[in-house]
Amino acid sequence: MTSWRTKVLPPLLAIVFSLLICSIALLISGSDPLQAYWTMLRQLGQGTTAVDTVNLATVYYLSGLAVAIGFQMNLFNIGVEGQYRFAAVWAAIIGGALHLPPVLHVVVIIIVAVAAGVLYAAIPAVLKVTRGVSEVISTIMLNSIVGGIVAFLINPDQFGVLTGNNLRTQVIDPSGRIPGIPIGDASLFGFVFIAAAIGLAYWFMLNRTRFGFELRASGESTTAAAAGGVNSKRMTLIAMLLSGGVAGMVALPELLGRDYTYAITSTQGYGFTGIAVALLGRNHPGGIALGALLWAFLDKSAVSLEQVHVPKEIATIMQGAIVLSVVVAYEVVRRADLAAAQRRVGRALSGGRPASVAEGGAI
Amino acid sequence: MRRTRAAMLTATALAGVLALAGCAKDSGGGTSSNNASGNTGSCVTSQAPAAPAAATSSSSAGAKVDASSLRIGLAYDIGGRGDASFNDAAAAGVDKAKQDMGVKDVSESTASPTEDEAAKEQRLTQLATGGYNPIVAVGFAYAEAVGAVAPKYPNTKFAIVDDDSVTAPNVTPLVFAEEQGSFLAGVAAVYKSKSCHIGFIGGVNTPLIQKFEAGYLAGAKAASSKVQIEDQYLTPAGDNTGFQDPTKGNAKAAAEIAAGADVVYHAAGASGKGVFQAAQAGNALAIGVDSDQYNQQTVAQYKDVIMTSMLKRVDVAVYDYIQAVATNNLTTVPKRFDLKVDGVGYATSGGKIDDIVPVLQGYKQAIISGQITVPTTPAK
Repeated sequence: MTSWRTKVLPPLLAIVFSLLICSIALLISGSDPLQAYWTMLRQLGQGTTAVDTVNLATVYYLSGLAVAIGFQMNLFNIGVEGQYRFAAVWAAIIGGALHLPPVLHVVVIIIVAVAAGVLYAAIPAVLKVTRGVSEVISTIMLNSIVGGIVAFLINPDQFGVLTGNNLRTQVIDPSGRIPGIPIGDASLFGFVFIAAAIGLAYWFMLNRTRFGFELRASGESTTAAAAGGVNSKRMTLIAMLLSGGVAGMVALPELLGRDYTYAITSTQGYGFTGIAVALLGRNHPGGIALGALLWAFLDKSAVSLEQVHVPKEIATIMQGAIVLSVVVAYEVVRRADLAAAQRRVGRALSGGRPASVAEGGAI
Repeated sequence: MRRTRAAMLTATALAGVLALAGCAKDSGGGTSSNNASGNTGSCVTSQAPAAPAAATSSSSAGAKVDASSLRIGLAYDIGGRGDASFNDAAAAGVDKAKQDMGVKDVSESTASPTEDEAAKEQRLTQLATGGYNPIVAVGFAYAEAVGAVAPKYPNTKFAIVDDDSVTAPNVTPLVFAEEQGSFLAGVAAVYKSKSCHIGFIGGVNTPLIQKFEAGYLAGAKAASSKVQIEDQYLTPAGDNTGFQDPTKGNAKAAAEIAAGADVVYHAAGASGKGVFQAAQAGNALAIGVDSDQYNQQTVAQYKDVIMTSMLKRVDVAVYDYIQAVATNNLTTVPKRFDLKVDGVGYATSGGKIDDIVPVLQGYKQAIISGQITVPTTPAK
């Protein structure tokens, strides 16, 4: 069992380290680091920023979960980006075209989104299982293709509507929206709770079901799992489809809670952010939530920093530094822990004498 | 162990992506050549409308306006100040206002490429609560955000460039007749083409850029019934890299020139640099966009191939708007910045189109008088 050190220390170290790097960057660019950090903290009390941060984190959380499911099976699903955009545009088109009673309308839209995400993830999954095509390559290509698909579908000749100079899908009826929770001026996405439920389901599946065990086992070692009677191809297929299904929901918080339409100006890149968030959260549903909140907070800081004339790129530097240092910090602490454990074992074996190197002791 | 390594690789790759996203591609080089010739090509088949007798568009220098008490908030789209495109044009308008009208306090803020809708609202809200008034949002991507924020601050004046879909009473749309200026660019291209074969490069295939395309095609066809036109976009709608990819602009322009085009018009923002480069390498001419690119520092090494530029005077619109706010008379802001108010037009720097100015003036007059109506969507 890992000690508390391996869990809590690395992220703290990483944040301290990235603060350090950013302070240097800020000093070089002629700004006051303390003032910058104070601005970042203070923004949470201003206007709707705090709620906006949680809203954005909901999107990142779903994206992070989608990536994490793939990671569990040792699949690198870079395609979350393509899967969520493919799902979002179909959910918006069908949701905008249908006129259904409340609740049912929302359920249909969610089902459409999940199905579209699964469908788009099925392409790399089938290619991987039947032909051995690397999912990294195929999903990157599919990400690129999805841009064309979205542009085609939002064209006025197909399903799009021209509004000013923008192109968008039909606006979804009020019956197809998820009401937000008003907090002051702001409105918290109702989808926050659905996302939390999905996080719980993810944890339960992984830790409390046979399927989750088999998934993790095949992720650790396909051959060992195969020896235990687990069909790794089947696990790969299911993991990829599950990942795609969750990816399909990434855009839904915004689509059903704020925008009600998908436009050519709709935000892209959530899928890539999900990779970073999953890494930060070490694939743990709680960790991913913290990672998503941190990432969203830094994104919001970028806007606030510009108001005090600090370059907004500082936020990007901090995000990059945190991802890198989290990975490094985990590795450093893991090795330190491993060495400590080896010394302990060594001491126990040698009856109190310091262990020799051959026995796994310190050099 | 393997998974840790995979995680590390991922992190490294991710950091690389972050770094790459921050860099704009740059391509330099190219040989210098000059093929500008002043002779009218044999491509023209139509009689140009008669030019007006004398230039009448002398803007009267009015009384000096003092706007020193205004605190101006400027929310840029992706790219911001220094994008050599419409953000820069808006910045130029504000800079001129600083100079002429004594504006002192300007707060500028730029959109990130992957930010969400709430970030745009946050930006506008922070400017509004910071006491900035008026606030100028640059680009139609702000339409939703302006529509959401403006009603909450009824005493703050907002303007939005390139969008007229927001209906709040305190929002002034600053929109342009891009198709009219592009029509003249199409006419100029036909008059300067030796092979009677011209090209268009659009940055991103959006309705806004299609207005440039539509006007250009219409202008070319109005001047010549036999002109051949190459017509391409760099990226589909939604993929904004088409405005920041000189390499792609170069490749597509080179392909059009290889197909026979000898005048290429671009509406592709910073990708236009690649178009100029291709024109220089392929002994062709190019038409710039938005600002007078002949005089633009970032493309100075290609100025000998830039025969003219289609001017979209975002700077004038922003300047006029600030002036209107300062004098508290927003009715002076034109509903649409078109040829009539010189909101769009063409540049003559470099002298390569001096010989056809009467022709262009004739067409311009015909458009202003309504004799010619320019389409806003390309005829397919």
